[in-house]
Amino acid sequence: MNHDATQRPGADADDSGHDAVLAVSGLVKRFGTTVAVDGLDLTQRRGTVLAVLGPNGAGKTTTIEICEGFQRPDAGDVRVLGSRPGAPELRTRIGVMPQGGGAYPGVRAAEMLRLVASCAAHPLDPDWLLSVLGLADVPRTPYKRLSGGQQQRLSLACAVVGRPELVFLDEPTAGLDPQARRLVWDLVEALRTDGVSVLLTTHLMDEAESLADDVVILDHGRVVATGTPAQLTADAVDDHRLGFQAPPGLPLADLLTRLPGCVAEEPDPGRYVVRGPVGPREVSAVTAWCAERGVLAEELKVVRRSLEDVFLDLTGREPR
Amino acid sequence: MSAQTRFAPGTFAPAPGRGRLGRMLAAQTAVETKLALRNGEQVLLTLIIPLALLVGLTVLPIIDVGTPRVDWVTPRILALAIMSTAFTSQAISLGFDRRYGVLKRLAATALPRWLLVAGRVLSACCVVVVQLVVLSVVALLLGWSPHLDGLGAAIPLLVLGALAFGALGVLLGGSVRAEIVLAVANAVWFVLLLAGGIAVPESSLPSGLAAAVDLLPSGALAGGLTDALARGVSPGPAPYLVLVAWTVVPALVATRTTKLT
Repeated sequence: MNHDATQRPGADADDSGHDAVLAVSGLVKRFGTTVAVDGLDLTQRRGTVLAVLGPNGAGKTTTIEICEGFQRPDAGDVRVLGSRPGAPELRTRIGVMPQGGGAYPGVRAAEMLRLVASCAAHPLDPDWLLSVLGLADVPRTPYKRLSGGQQQRLSLACAVVGRPELVFLDEPTAGLDPQARRLVWDLVEALRTDGVSVLLTTHLMDEAESLADDVVILDHGRVVATGTPAQLTADAVDDHRLGFQAPPGLPLADLLTRLPGCVAEEPDPGRYVVRGPVGPREVSAVTAWCAERGVLAEELKVVRRSLEDVFLDLTGREPR
Repeated sequence: MSAQTRFAPGTFAPAPGRGRLGRMLAAQTAVETKLALRNGEQVLLTLIIPLALLVGLTVLPIIDVGTPRVDWVTPRILALAIMSTAFTSQAISLGFDRRYGVLKRLAATALPRWLLVAGRVLSACCVVVVQLVVLSVVALLLGWSPHLDGLGAAIPLLVLGALAFGALGVLLGGSVRAEIVLAVANAVWFVLLLAGGIAVPESSLPSGLAAAVDLLPSGALAGGLTDALARGVSPGPAPYLVLVAWTVVPALVATRTTKLT
């Protein structure tokens, strides 16, 4: 995969004079006493894939829906392709995949896609799109009888059929099997290659890592980190994670005396994680320490700090 | 399979733009109409029950209407058909379309908002035409002989009735939760059928209620159609004014209360 901007058609085709398809500053949205979005700033470069990550309730969907024009911000400035969200001329230029739903319960798959296609001046061929998205066998099946994954793919088809410049995908791969997820990744990849900007939300860190040019991590309605996946994991060149399994209750404080600069924990009984500057010497120290105790370290693995580690460090490890 | 082999480069090259308005309106109207005629519960409400009442009230002397019975029953059943489609069926489908995010989905396309409304209105008109044809044919088979010179008064009443009930249907279906829409739309349908001047003629209602019924859209529509088609007299301006009022006020309120979700 090539993330070089010069490879992308459309990267220089900006008519508004600058290269942002999305410019959000100081965005605030409250629901009663709850602050869903709390002074959020966000920029997306034309022709790129931007992944918005965050725990449940971090403000991802609210932010997306404000950009799509479905909710009004309480404060802040939002520009989508240079226009205010919800402007009629803007709606011809964006594609939207909402989180769940988005079709008449009784409508047939092909009917729904043709209806959405009829709204666009130069739509893709709906039959072709159904077949590449694996829906060729169900064109006459009512929406409510499609499987969850089929409904997701139909919704994705509706988002791209009008050949938009900017596509909003809210959790596009939620509930998809691995084959369908791979297909969606290929589609997003193809959109980027063709110069379409894509903003997506996801809970899958590997999805963000492999698809996104830029990543924004939200928590409590604020941006807590932003950058390319490489930048976000960069301080991690010597920052590795060592994991192993052994009988529960080993004295980790003793182990740490041999691992300067590292932290260790036992998140589940018998599963141990060491984080920090883990190098050959540290691996050797861990195995020696285990050997002294007559303990076999099973599933011993050293991995580089991933986006998931960054995410968990920033947003905490407790479920919400 | 890689992205390159699955999708030829340039496939998704942006080409934004709005579709032709006529095509959008036709597509939207066709889908809404097909859905209405395919949905069993809606067909029960819009066709089966009116047909059953048309035949039942004509054949069985349950309620005292004029004679020949079919001439007096048919205008009332036409009013019921309008109410079923434009109000009850419209409100319920709007309520559930909101619930399932359909309006949001369509509002995110290039479809203008007015066209979203126009498509629903046209679709309701298509269903009403189907109802009027089916019910009229069955009524004619039962011996219906309407005053043909009353058609000039009846057609504007049918149109105004559809608009008034349509505005009320959008007001209800666009403002509250789908389950509440379902309950209220069916309850109102039932109450207006029995006590709103549709199935039971005003002459058979308690006197206090009879006066109020003329001010209801159901009473105005059924009474006006009975005057025009059964009595062969002019309904006068009152039913038209009542229906216009029931169109304008709910429509104005609905523009403020209708929500996409």
